Amino acid sequence: MTAQPTDIATYNFAYLDEQTKRMIRRAILKGIAIPGYQVPFASREMPMPYGWGTGGVQVTASIIGPDDVLKVIDQGADDTTNAVSIRAFFKKVANVTVTTDTATASIIQTRHRIPEHPLTAGQVLVYQVPIPEPLRFLEPRETETRKMHALEEYGLMHVKLYEDIAKHGRIATTYAYPVKVEGRYVMDPSPTPKFDNPKMHRSPALQLFGAGREKRIYAVPPFTDVVSLDFEDHPFEVQTFDQPCALCAAENVYLDEVILDDHGGHMFVCSDTDHCEKRREEGHRGHLAPETHLAPANMEPAQ
Amino acid sequence: MDIAAQSIEGGFADPVFNAQTVFRAVMDAMARPGSVQPLPGLARPPAPLSATSGAIALALCDNDTPLWLDPALHASAAIGSWLGFHTGAPLANTPADAHFAFVATPAEMMALDGFSQGTQDYPDRSTTLILQVGDLTSGTPLLLEGPGIETSATIAPAQMPRHFVEQWKQNNKRFPRGVDIVLATSEGVACLPRTTRIKTMEA
Repeated sequence: MTAQPTDIATYNFAYLDEQTKRMIRRAILKGIAIPGYQVPFASREMPMPYGWGTGGVQVTASIIGPDDVLKVIDQGADDTTNAVSIRAFFKKVANVTVTTDTATASIIQTRHRIPEHPLTAGQVLVYQVPIPEPLRFLEPRETETRKMHALEEYGLMHVKLYEDIAKHGRIATTYAYPVKVEGRYVMDPSPTPKFDNPKMHRSPALQLFGAGREKRIYAVPPFTDVVSLDFEDHPFEVQTFDQPCALCAAENVYLDEVILDDHGGHMFVCSDTDHCEKRREEGHRGHLAPETHLAPANMEPAQ
Repeated sequence: MDIAAQSIEGGFADPVFNAQTVFRAVMDAMARPGSVQPLPGLARPPAPLSATSGAIALALCDNDTPLWLDPALHASAAIGSWLGFHTGAPLANTPADAHFAFVATPAEMMALDGFSQGTQDYPDRSTTLILQVGDLTSGTPLLLEGPGIETSATIAPAQMPRHFVEQWKQNNKRFPRGVDIVLATSEGVACLPRTTRIKTMEA
């Protein structure tokens, strides 16, 4: 039914066949109705290997329409391999508008970051999830973890966090930090840095999670409580950085360490490339920023 | 028009994009309970199945999803064959076997706990109810709270099931088991997922 007279005519719109989309759409609706519960779905083979975001791609393919504007990020960056290839994939099979601008995107597919720019109502954030089961490394049997979710038996997770404190003096989990959704299900927020956990709490955007290899979809509706697990005497804390971004001087954002040479030289820069570029366009300069901003405007990253 | 013609006509003009439009409206309504998501009349099923609930059936149902029709819909052979032709969905023997239940006269419908509630292990194995209501403004106002709602939302669906507020409270108490409701009107859809709480006004 694709009307476009292009080379995508050999595919259905957005690659997946209609029956697959219906199956995924039903799973998404159930996921939204039961926040944090992992809905099993019949994940398909995608034209990319497991681990490259097949779950997120299937979710995006099932919700996307011709009017959507898609942004894809990989660790916050719009210009890394995974982001560029998935963006190109949807440009080809769905012929949608793509962008790197967080504010204008209607669907943002992400691998392990939440954009720094606040999300708004109407936006959908689609996470690529490798291991959706937060209890999996504590209890490998699916039959057992399912029972634990059914009985709301999450003591094991608290024991794990307690053992962190016993060993390290603090909760040493820094990414995939477990959260409790709407006071019921413990959920893996995907391997985002725990820095991003507070952004999930009562976010105005709809958050959908797709795990292709593990065949699970789950969701957090807008304005839903997402609380990071902690203890009264060891409250949840996010990472802090003792220096601002070396390029745009942003503070209170998540920074990546970039090695500059083999003599120990390094710098910390924004993980969110869109946020960093916008700030530099506004004239913010970090201590390692070039005097003039040379990035050509409105160009597809990595072209 | 004979039944054969009735059962073939009235499907989506553009199946891929119409199904996506309908799904996005239902998804947004499910994510923001109490909000009304407009939906153009994309399907023309035989009466008394409404255009909106017919479109939802075309968008979400197929041979994996047994359907249950309330007596008003079940009485029409044309509806059964229209759904059969366009979706391939089988009819469920009992409401508890149904993945989707279509209800044309919610005021006379059976109790919510007669439908599949899912299990504690698999709460997603529950029935989604599509209720055809006249409008969302002329009934008893329902003050809604819960996930997807920033502070509170109000809808006033007409012709709701008897003792609906009490039944819905029981549905809430079964969480994570329970049914989800899609309210279909000629203007659009609104949803009540099982997490939505109806706040009763204190006298």
